Amino acid sequence: MSAYFPTMGLEIHAELLTKSKVFCTCSAEFGGTPNSRCCPVCSGMPGTLPVLNRKAVEYIIKAGYVMNCEISRFTKWDRKNYFYPDLPKAYQISQMPRPVCLSGNVKINVNGEEKTIRINRIHLEEDAGKLVHDEVNRISLADYNRCGIPLIEIVTEPDFHSADEVIAFMEKVKLLLQYAGICDCKMEQGSIRCDVNISIAPKGSTELGTRTELKNLNSLKAIAKAIEVEIDRQEEILESGEHVIQETRRFNEALGETTAMRSKEDAHDYRYFPDPDIPPIIFTEEELEEIKNSIPELPEQRVERYVNSLGLKKADADIIVGDKKVCDFFDEAIAAYNNPKAVANYIVGELTRRINLGEADMENLKFTGADFARLVELLQTDKLSQSNTKVVLGKMIETGEKPDDIAQKEDLWIKEDNDLLAKTIDEIIANNPKPVEQYKNGDKKVFGFFMGQANKALKGLASPKAIQEYLTKKLEE
Amino acid sequence: MNFTKAKIRDLRKMLDSGEISAKELCGEYFKNIDEKDESLLSYITVTKDEALKSAEKAQKMIDEKQAKALTGIPLAIKDNICTDGIKTTCASKMLGDFVPPYNASVIEKLNEQGYVLLGKTSMDEFAMGGSTQTSAFKKTKNPYDLERVPGGSSGGSAAAVSASLAPAALGSDTGGSIRQPSSFCGVTGIKPTYGRVSRYGLVAFASSLDQIGPIANDAHDCAILLNAVCGYDRHDATSARIDVPDFTEKLGQPIKGMKIALPKEFYSDAIDGCVKDAVLSAAKELEKQGAVLEECSMPGLKYAIPAYYLIACAEAASNLSRFDGIKYGFRGEGRTFNDLIIDSRNKGFGEEVKRRILLGNYALSSGYYDAYYKKALALKQEIIKEYNEIFEKCDVILTPTAPTPAYKIGAQDNDPVKMYTADICTVTVNIAGLPGISTTCGYEKDSGLPIGMSIIGKRFDEQTILQTADAWEQGFTPVAPEF
Repeated sequence: MSAYFPTMGLEIHAELLTKSKVFCTCSAEFGGTPNSRCCPVCSGMPGTLPVLNRKAVEYIIKAGYVMNCEISRFTKWDRKNYFYPDLPKAYQISQMPRPVCLSGNVKINVNGEEKTIRINRIHLEEDAGKLVHDEVNRISLADYNRCGIPLIEIVTEPDFHSADEVIAFMEKVKLLLQYAGICDCKMEQGSIRCDVNISIAPKGSTELGTRTELKNLNSLKAIAKAIEVEIDRQEEILESGEHVIQETRRFNEALGETTAMRSKEDAHDYRYFPDPDIPPIIFTEEELEEIKNSIPELPEQRVERYVNSLGLKKADADIIVGDKKVCDFFDEAIAAYNNPKAVANYIVGELTRRINLGEADMENLKFTGADFARLVELLQTDKLSQSNTKVVLGKMIETGEKPDDIAQKEDLWIKEDNDLLAKTIDEIIANNPKPVEQYKNGDKKVFGFFMGQANKALKGLASPKAIQEYLTKKLEE
Repeated sequence: MNFTKAKIRDLRKMLDSGEISAKELCGEYFKNIDEKDESLLSYITVTKDEALKSAEKAQKMIDEKQAKALTGIPLAIKDNICTDGIKTTCASKMLGDFVPPYNASVIEKLNEQGYVLLGKTSMDEFAMGGSTQTSAFKKTKNPYDLERVPGGSSGGSAAAVSASLAPAALGSDTGGSIRQPSSFCGVTGIKPTYGRVSRYGLVAFASSLDQIGPIANDAHDCAILLNAVCGYDRHDATSARIDVPDFTEKLGQPIKGMKIALPKEFYSDAIDGCVKDAVLSAAKELEKQGAVLEECSMPGLKYAIPAYYLIACAEAASNLSRFDGIKYGFRGEGRTFNDLIIDSRNKGFGEEVKRRILLGNYALSSGYYDAYYKKALALKQEIIKEYNEIFEKCDVILTPTAPTPAYKIGAQDNDPVKMYTADICTVTVNIAGLPGISTTCGYEKDSGLPIGMSIIGKRFDEQTILQTADAWEQGFTPVAPEF
């Protein structure tokens, strides 16, 4: 057991899903040919002026509400001044003393225990561009497409004491932002990013140690790993009698280590001051109320609804809601075929299994929720056998063809051949006098044995329901 | 034809009656420019080719009886107002070759009217200065005395109008940059209320103080030009969503009963005797027309210069940071990003610009913010309050525009504080965001140099100061420079 305990706080940057950038009308979509999504305003041409996108303000207010923050009635923007080639104005428009959201909280579940993480603030700012380094020609190129995409920065209190808590929080925040339609939270595309402030102190100590800030954490896995190695690094330093230096460190995922970027002494003096180009905003209660009421159903409410109104098992509802893509898929499916339990069963059972196996990927499914619903319906109405349903699903994943077409083409329908059914079951009964005897003597458990035999023999040729009916009739004779 | 001191409204009549074509008209001004600008140095760029094209377009509008107030009217534009496809240098080596890919909103409005661009006028580098001598390209002279400064920073615009190298021009005013050169060059210039005219496309010096405005031969022409360029603009969040009146509407209305405030601090010993005398005798003249003069006080004036320079330099330091040699403009040398921007900024900016960037960054630095910038903002509130108090009792305020007439070139070099102090009469108007107009109220007896007075109005009440200036101008005979 370590003699130290870690304390962490997070700074999370999330790009908002607005159509246009925060201070101009350029598209805020991800990607694009370099410098194809910029204009004189976001590329910092002399004389241009920023005009605030009110949609972005609406989104950050929603973010504040879903994280139980106080929304400031008065908010304003400041300039954060520093030189960097990806920042064309040489200042970032951000918020210093009067952010939109203050003091909120988010509840997380870690190993079955509930914990509350306090939010210090959430503010609105603009993203910077991207530098592309050409190692061959030894030049750097600037791409301003990302410049001016609206970002919210969520700053937590130092309430985390393990990597598990950090991960649980990130997962929860991602879900909240996704369900509220604020951010798509694709870590791999950088639409949500997380910096970790981390320090360790001897157990029992009431004072926090010197912290470092970890950057370049591009996945939840990277976050967990970076925290682990940084705790080890700081422990080693303290154990050898040295002091941790307050600095920013970059995580190198390939090497699994953190390296120093800049120390406190090198930290910028950002010379914040109120941006004279953007008038402060005063919100009325009506405006805030309207925005609050426009927030879509959040994860917890949705789980509750699935359990109470649709009759789903809590565990199934949790799995479905735990991934916004899956959840949207589920909603689409039950809109096409109103049998939530069956659809949920098949998502949680079969679809999730294949996703976990890497056969399918929610991001790139070739079929719709309605197609999937049709497949479940075919199973439920005894048009397809259990095993052939799986075959059809496999084909759907592969080709995106409609379930009916696949079943038709591959000849997978249940045949409903009643003569064959009668003949086969009669044979099974004739060949197994002992179990028949047992059944007649009241040992109803052997019914399962007969079902198994019949299913095996009649694979795809009769529905389980028909088998069950005929078998019961015969055995009860 | 004689175009000396020609008014926009006279040119309008000539164009509409067919007495002269739009092409001939701009040709007359280009002739003047060719003849005289070699010694006056008021234009950085002369746009003959573009002018011919727009003159043709304008002529078509005139022929089709679709002419607007400025159709075919040639104008000069200060070189910090962006013109699509036409070099916009801010009189700085930093932007020496900069060609904007877009038009300032005021230019868009003028284009809609079918104006004709004569060229881009010189100025103090990035509008920082009151002499046009910090221009990296054309250190404009005063048409009344070529050994004297034209004032600044819109010195090129004021000198060009004064010497009839343009019938009117646009300037920009951050602390007096329209009014003071108008005063030095014997023309009329108005700084509109902050928010009246869009700043989009005006290369920012101090964003909370900058405002574009007209410089012309009289208040009436200023009103015509202001009509064309003002109004809410969705590209400028600080432009006012407020109804725009016709600024010529009140011209000619009697000023009987108008209350004119004379704050005693503006008539202190810091102001030259000749200036004080000229302004006060103009005040008497207005009194004869029925105006009521009210002496009053503005104790906050003594803090105006430090408050102004702290706010202006802080904003400028941030606004000018984008000039890093990466995206456009002058690029120095250096193997690393830091070396590159240091060299670019060191060689691209002139001394005065660098001084103000240093001042501004110092004032914003952590540990100094509260002592300087925050205090300056508090003083701003105090100055606004004092103006409000005066305007509770009075309609307009009358002050000198500058402590002296135009001074000799070089007289204020090496003494920035003295140069800054000379802005005392104009800066508070920008701090409070008020409209102010400068018009000639007399000439110094021996030198014949023009002396300007300023009329300051309530927020968005440009109409009343234009009316007052016009009332004065009706009884005043200006003397054109013999140049």
